[in-house]
Amino acid sequence: MHYFIGDLGHLFVITSFVSAILATYAFFQAQKEGSNWKQYSKLIFYVHAVSIIGVCVTLFLIIHNHYFEYHYAYNYTSKILPYYYQISSFWNGQEGSFLLWMFWNVILGLVIIHTNKKWKAPVMTVFAFTQIFLTSMILGVVVFNVKIGSSPFILLRDAVQDPIFNMNPDFVPQDGRGLNPLLQNYWMVIHPPTLFLGFASTVVPFAYCMGGLMKKDYKEWIRPALPWAQFSAAILGIGILMGAYWAYETLNFGGYWNWDPVENAIYVPWLVLVAAIHTMIAFRKSPTALKTSIILVTATYILIIYSTFLTRSGILGNTSVHSFTDLGLSGQLLIYLLVFIGITTFLIARSWKKMPSESSEISAYSREFWIFMGAVTLSLMAFQVILPTSIPVYNSFMGLFGIDSNVAPPVDQVAFYTDFQLYFAIVLAILSGTGQFFWWNKMDKTKLKESLTLPVIISLIVSAAIFVLARIQDPAYLALLTASVYSVVANGKILLQFSKSNIKLSGGSIAHIGVAMMLIGILFSSGYSKILSKNNTGLLWNKEFPDEVNQNNLLLFLNEPRQMGEYSLHYKGIRKKTTDHGFVDINSVAATGHPLKLVVTADEVSSSGKQLNPGDTVDIINAENSYFEVLYEKESGKSFTLYPRLQINETMGMTVFSPDINRTVTADLYSHVRTFPDPEQEIEWSEEESVKVVPGTQFFINDYVAVLKDIQAVNNLEGVQLAEGDIAVKAIIEIEGETKTYTAEPYYIIKDRMAGKIPATVYDLASKITIQEILPAENSFVLGISRTQKDWIILEAVEKPFINILWLGTFLFSIGFGIAIYRRYTEFKQMRNKGME
Amino acid sequence: MKKTHIIGLVVIAVALMIIISTAGDASTYVSFNEAHEMAEKGNNNKIHVVGKLKKDHNGNVINVETSPDNRSFRFALIDEHNNEQMVYHPNPMPTDFLRSEQVVVVGAYNDDRFVADKILLKCPSKYQEEGVNL
Repeated sequence: MHYFIGDLGHLFVITSFVSAILATYAFFQAQKEGSNWKQYSKLIFYVHAVSIIGVCVTLFLIIHNHYFEYHYAYNYTSKILPYYYQISSFWNGQEGSFLLWMFWNVILGLVIIHTNKKWKAPVMTVFAFTQIFLTSMILGVVVFNVKIGSSPFILLRDAVQDPIFNMNPDFVPQDGRGLNPLLQNYWMVIHPPTLFLGFASTVVPFAYCMGGLMKKDYKEWIRPALPWAQFSAAILGIGILMGAYWAYETLNFGGYWNWDPVENAIYVPWLVLVAAIHTMIAFRKSPTALKTSIILVTATYILIIYSTFLTRSGILGNTSVHSFTDLGLSGQLLIYLLVFIGITTFLIARSWKKMPSESSEISAYSREFWIFMGAVTLSLMAFQVILPTSIPVYNSFMGLFGIDSNVAPPVDQVAFYTDFQLYFAIVLAILSGTGQFFWWNKMDKTKLKESLTLPVIISLIVSAAIFVLARIQDPAYLALLTASVYSVVANGKILLQFSKSNIKLSGGSIAHIGVAMMLIGILFSSGYSKILSKNNTGLLWNKEFPDEVNQNNLLLFLNEPRQMGEYSLHYKGIRKKTTDHGFVDINSVAATGHPLKLVVTADEVSSSGKQLNPGDTVDIINAENSYFEVLYEKESGKSFTLYPRLQINETMGMTVFSPDINRTVTADLYSHVRTFPDPEQEIEWSEEESVKVVPGTQFFINDYVAVLKDIQAVNNLEGVQLAEGDIAVKAIIEIEGETKTYTAEPYYIIKDRMAGKIPATVYDLASKITIQEILPAENSFVLGISRTQKDWIILEAVEKPFINILWLGTFLFSIGFGIAIYRRYTEFKQMRNKGME
Repeated sequence: MKKTHIIGLVVIAVALMIIISTAGDASTYVSFNEAHEMAEKGNNNKIHVVGKLKKDHNGNVINVETSPDNRSFRFALIDEHNNEQMVYHPNPMPTDFLRSEQVVVVGAYNDDRFVADKILLKCPSKYQEEGVNL
C-alpha cells in the first residue's frame, strides 16, 4: 500500500483550495489604489500554481506506477496500457478532467500576471475566484455530513464495496480495469487538453470584463481582452473539430456531428463567444456594441459553467447517449452557476446606467450595423440549440414546483437541429461576405454596387457550375452553396487587397473564408453522403432487421468477392496489428504469456511483406483490437485495403466496431463492420462425410482441391502420454484456398489399444478434417470432413464527398484567427508599454 | 419606425418560431399504456419510455433474449407504472446494458410490438459499483 503519495496529493488539493481563497482576497485588495498587497498576492498565486501542478503530478504518478489500491488507477488504467494512453486515462474520470481545466487556468493565470500591469490585480481576482469553485470539486472533504467535491486520491476500498476488503483491507488488485476502448485513440490524447484549454481560456475575456466593471472602467477592458477572446474561440473551435474528427474515425454512427447534448453544450458558448468577438471589434464607434460585448462575454462564461453543469450533474442522463455518472457534484455545480449569475447580474446592472448610450440611428451603410447583424444571427443560432438541450433542466425545474413535466427532446435530433442551423448558416455566409466590404471601405449605394457586382457574378457562375456538375437539387442546399461560395469570393477579394498593402489585417477575411469552406465541406459530406453498400441481392440479411439495415449493408463471406457499385469487395479474414510488420492473420498467431506478444504458428507473410516463421514472436500494440481485412478492387485494376477495427474489452463487456477510411482528394470512403459471428458462440458442424484417399492424389474438401501429402509417425504429442506400443500418426493435407494454401494436420492415435482422433480445423475454409480409419491393405485412409458456415461480416460503406474542404476550412480558420490574435495582441502591447494599460 | 425596432421585431419573431418549433417537435416521456393508447389512435409519433430491466430475486437481469446471430435483441422493460413490456431493438446489445440502472427507450408500437430505435442507458454511479476483479 502506498499511502504517502495519496496523502501528499490530498494535501496539495487542500493547499490549492485554501490558496485560491487567499489569492482572491489578496488580489481584491491589491487592485485598490496604493495597496501594498501586490507582491503578496502574486506569491499566493504561485503557491496555488505549485499546488495544482503538484496534484496533477501526484495523480499521474499513481497512474504511471500502477498503484491499483487507488480507485482512479484501478478504474481507468491497466498495466499494459502504453504511456500515451496513461496520459489520456488521466482525464478519463471527472476529477481528472476538472484537474485539466484547473491546470490550464493556472498556466493562463501565470501568463496574465507576467503580461499585464494595470489589469493584473482585477483580472486575477476573478481568476482566483473561479479557482475556488473548481478546486472545491476535487476537495473530497465531508463537512457536517455534506460531501464537498470528489477526490481523485480516494482508495479503492473506500470507493468500492467488496467483501474482500473486509477480509483483507490491504488487498491490492493485480491489474486495473483498463481504459475504455473508445478512448484508446490518439485524438483522445490531444482533443481533451485542447478543448479544456479553450474552456479555461474563456475566463480571460470574462475576467477582463468583470475587472472593468469593478473598476468602473467600462471601455478600456476590451483592448486587452480581445486577443484572448480570439485565442479562446480559435482553440475552442479547433477542440470541437478534433472531437468531431475523433467521432468520425472511432464511432460508427457514420458522421462527425450528432447534435448530442454534450456536443451542443460546447457549441453554444462557442457561437456566443464568436458573436462577442465581433461586437468587441466594433465597440469604439458604437455604445450599443460596447453594452452588447459586455453581455455576450459574460454570457459566454456563464454558458461554459452551464454546460459544465449539464454534462456533469447527471441531469442529461435520460437524453444523451453518453452515460454520465453523477459524482454527487450537482449541488456544488449549481451553486457555482448561481453565484456567477448573481455577481455578474449585479455588476452589469450597477454599471448599465453609467455607460454611454446610442444617440443616433444606426445606418445600414455603417460597419457596426453589419457586425451587429452577424452577432444577432450567431446568438439566435445559439438560442435554437440551447433551448431543446435544456429540456431536462426545464423538467427538473418544474418538478421543484410539484409540476410533473414529461417533455422529451426531439426524437430525430439531427433533422431537428439541421433544419434551423442550415438557414442561419446561409444568413451568416451572406453577412460574412458583405460585412467585410463595409468594414474596410466607406460605403454608399453606388460604391456598394461597384464592390459587390463582381463577387456576386463570380459566385453565381461557380455555384451554377457546381449545381450542374454535382446535381444539387434541394433549394436550401443550393442557397447554402451559393451563399458560401459568395463568402469565399467576397472575402477573397478583400484578402487580395491586403496582400498588396498590409497582410496583418487579413485575419478576418482568412477566417471567414475558412468558415465558408467548412460550410461547403459540411454541405457535401453530410448532405450528399452516399451509401455504397446497397443490398441489391434481393435477400434479407435478417427478417428482424429494420428495412434500413437490410438495404444498406452488405454480407461478405470470407474470400468470396462481392460487387459493390464499381468496387469488388473481398473479405480476407481477421487480422492482428503488429508494431513492426503491419497486419498478420489471426489464424497464424497464438497467445503467449505476455498480453502484448504473439507467437507465430504458421508460415505467414505480413501485410508489410515480412516473412514470418513459426516460433517468431511479434509485438502488438493493443490486445483488444482485431481488424477485418477487406480488399476493394476497381475494374480499372486500382485497389486498396481497409481494416475496419473490432475491439473486445471483456472486463467492460464491450464490443466496439470502428470504421476505416480510404481518403482521396475528392471523397472519403468510410467503411465499418456492423456485425460478425460471435467468437464465443459454438460452431455448428455438419455431419461428417467420409472420403477414401490415397496419398498423393487429389480430392475435395468443402469444394477446395486438397492433396494428402504425407503420413508421418509422431513420437511426441503435446498433452498425450505415449507409452510403449502406442502409435500416433499425423496426416499432412494441403488444401488450395482462394488466396493461399492451407495445411491441415489431423492426428490418429492408438493408445491402450483404443483409437483416438484429433481433428484439424481450417477456419478460413470452414472445414474440419478427421482421420477416421487407416486401411494399410489398400494403402489408403478414410478422412471425415465436416463443414460449417463460412466466416462472414456485415459491412456498411459510405462515400463522403469533399469532406476535405471541411478540414481545409478548419485549417484556414485557425490561420485567420492566428493572424488576428497577433495583430490585436501587438496593439495591446503597444498601449501597455506606453503605460496606458 | 426605426431600423433597430424592425430588427428587434424580426429577432423576436425568429425566437418565437424557435420556441414554437421546439415545443412542436419535442417528444414526451410516457408509460407503455399511454404509448399503446396513442398507437391505437393512429398516432405513430416516437416517444420516450423510462423504465428498469426485469430482475429476479437475486438481482440478475432476466428475460433478455439475443437473436441467434447477435444482431438484434429483445428484453422486458418495466416502466414507472410497473407495466411490463417486451421491447425489441434491431441492433446488438449496447455496452453496459445489463449493468444499467435505468433504461430509456425511444420508439413506438408497431403492431403490438414495441420497437426501440434508440436506447439510452443510465449507469449506476461508480460509488455504488460493487465488486473488484481479482
